[in-house]
Amino acid sequence: MARAFVPKVVTANDLLEGDVIYLMSDGSWTRRHDEAELYEDEALANEALAKAQKQAHRLVGAYLADAQVGENGKPEPTHFREAFRTRGPSNYPDHGKQAEL
Amino acid sequence: MYQYNQFDHDFVRNRVNQFRAQVERRLDGSLTEDEFKPLRLMNGLYLQLHAYMLRVAIPYGTLNSRKMRQLAYLADKWDKGYGHFTTRQNIQYNWPKLKDVPDMLDALADVEMHAIQTSGNCIRNVTADHFAGAAADEIEDPRPTAELLRQWSTDHPEFQFLPRKFKIAITGAPNDRAVTKAHDIGIRMVRNDKNEPGYEIIVGGGLGRTPMIGKTVREFLPKADLLPYLEAILQVYNLNGRRDNKYKARIKILVHETGVEQLTAMIEEAFETQKAYHQAPPAEMVEAIEAQFTPPEFDKNPVDEAKLSKVVGADPLLRSFMETNVHDHREPTHAIVTISLKPIGGTPGDATGEQMRVMASLAEAYGYDELRISHEQNVILPHVHRDDLPEIFKVLKDAGLATANVGLLSDIIACPGMDYCALATARSIPVAQELSNAFEDLKEQKDIGPLKIKISGCINACGHHHVGHIGILGLDKAGVESYQITLGGDGTETAAIGERTGPGFSYEEIVPAIERIIGRYLEIRESDEEEFLETYRRTGADPFKDALYSDEKEAA
Repeated sequence: MARAFVPKVVTANDLLEGDVIYLMSDGSWTRRHDEAELYEDEALANEALAKAQKQAHRLVGAYLADAQVGENGKPEPTHFREAFRTRGPSNYPDHGKQAEL
Repeated sequence: MYQYNQFDHDFVRNRVNQFRAQVERRLDGSLTEDEFKPLRLMNGLYLQLHAYMLRVAIPYGTLNSRKMRQLAYLADKWDKGYGHFTTRQNIQYNWPKLKDVPDMLDALADVEMHAIQTSGNCIRNVTADHFAGAAADEIEDPRPTAELLRQWSTDHPEFQFLPRKFKIAITGAPNDRAVTKAHDIGIRMVRNDKNEPGYEIIVGGGLGRTPMIGKTVREFLPKADLLPYLEAILQVYNLNGRRDNKYKARIKILVHETGVEQLTAMIEEAFETQKAYHQAPPAEMVEAIEAQFTPPEFDKNPVDEAKLSKVVGADPLLRSFMETNVHDHREPTHAIVTISLKPIGGTPGDATGEQMRVMASLAEAYGYDELRISHEQNVILPHVHRDDLPEIFKVLKDAGLATANVGLLSDIIACPGMDYCALATARSIPVAQELSNAFEDLKEQKDIGPLKIKISGCINACGHHHVGHIGILGLDKAGVESYQITLGGDGTETAAIGERTGPGFSYEEIVPAIERIIGRYLEIRESDEEEFLETYRRTGADPFKDALYSDEKEAA
């Protein structure tokens, strides 16, 4: 039996800043994971990724990352690597996204 | 210090200009990322987890105050006010913006520095003993050879697309501080029975997923034969290295699969061909390089020992610093000072722009304008008059740079790990920080004695965990950080690969696990003088495994 599809967000790095970005429902990009569009359908996720990969002028390395609906109803990462990407380095709490969260 | 000639200046500046145009074309959409990525990597620009990272080469770890100040300038102007010194004697900036990188490279070119060949399947920055030219045990200064190799390997057309990256390390001292046996080529300066200078050539060392201790392919190579011999090694590797499998592409696998005897024969055969048309570098060129590394005119004034011992006697912190961070210099009036970039609880290898300027000023005022970066992620003042030690200590203390822990438990090597690196499978920096905090009492660390803990956040082993007395390897085990421990590793002339103790430990368990190892060592060492590695070699792993896992057995 095929494994159940794990919901996904589309993520990449911003071309200019290198910062982690996420695709939102309106097709624009956000730096906050909890604002990302969570794709619960595999075909839609792949379609969104394909569109993102065509935006070479503003991002690098788009891919689908596992996510789930968090307690607040917003998407949250399921793997620690993706969780670190939403925050920044743990040795400098004032560096990266966490400085503004 | 090496000096660029006009060719070097033009070459580096041209590369910056080329890269500036490449960045512009990437930004205006003329280049795709697939096209741009190899170009940026050739100029040391990586894309990591949270941002770009620029890796700048520090040739064999050698700096002067001008270069160090420029590194501080880059940190302040284009990064977040700090830089990270690495186990490759380089510096990495973790937060550059793509559009700023050409300006950063221009600023580096202003002080004869660049980021070329800090990535890619080419010969990387040659590393060397950080005590070069200063150590009391040195046979010969390795830096002129390192500089010759830098010039030879930079943009060498035959060796830009090797099967895999290629690292060369060199030492001129019998006590190996450059980990030569864990490099693709390790070079040890030796003398033969006629007392002629030459090189021992070691090939096929490496860490990573398949750690190997290098094998000697030539006990004694006359100095003039070095370049044709290295070209012979690289040719054999270039032709026979496993290009079919990235994980088997390093020369260590070729050495392992071919066997050292057969490979040596292949190298010697290629060497005979090479020698026929490869001229030794002209004597005047070698002399010109050697002249750039003439020892400074050392201050001949005798040390005021009475005054020094009085000052040291009155200041326990200074005394402690003298015991751990000050090493013998070949001039008895002088000393080598290691500035620890491992403050208790800090990030190994990080220095702020301000700290870099303090170190630059100290080098200028007291250190004949010389600085070194060690592969252990510390900074060295290689030549200081012993009379100046108290003043140097005072300045370092005011700058938060006087931690007296060199060679002790908290002098930990850690790779950037998953806090920065896109390849990492777990974090390593916070493990180092928590270990350092757990043993914050430096007196306790001194009681424990010399101990090298090395932490890597993935199997690529940038944190040298295989050669740590205690090695820690962070992995992703079913979506959770898990840390394997190895014991008994050694990166010196008695090199050894550490042995795995058994199952790994979670992030929360790893520091207590290391504490149990230390506790067991203190229980079983034969005397206070028996160092951790000696105890391990005497007893083997069993007592430590028992300390690590006995509770689990009892519970089971």
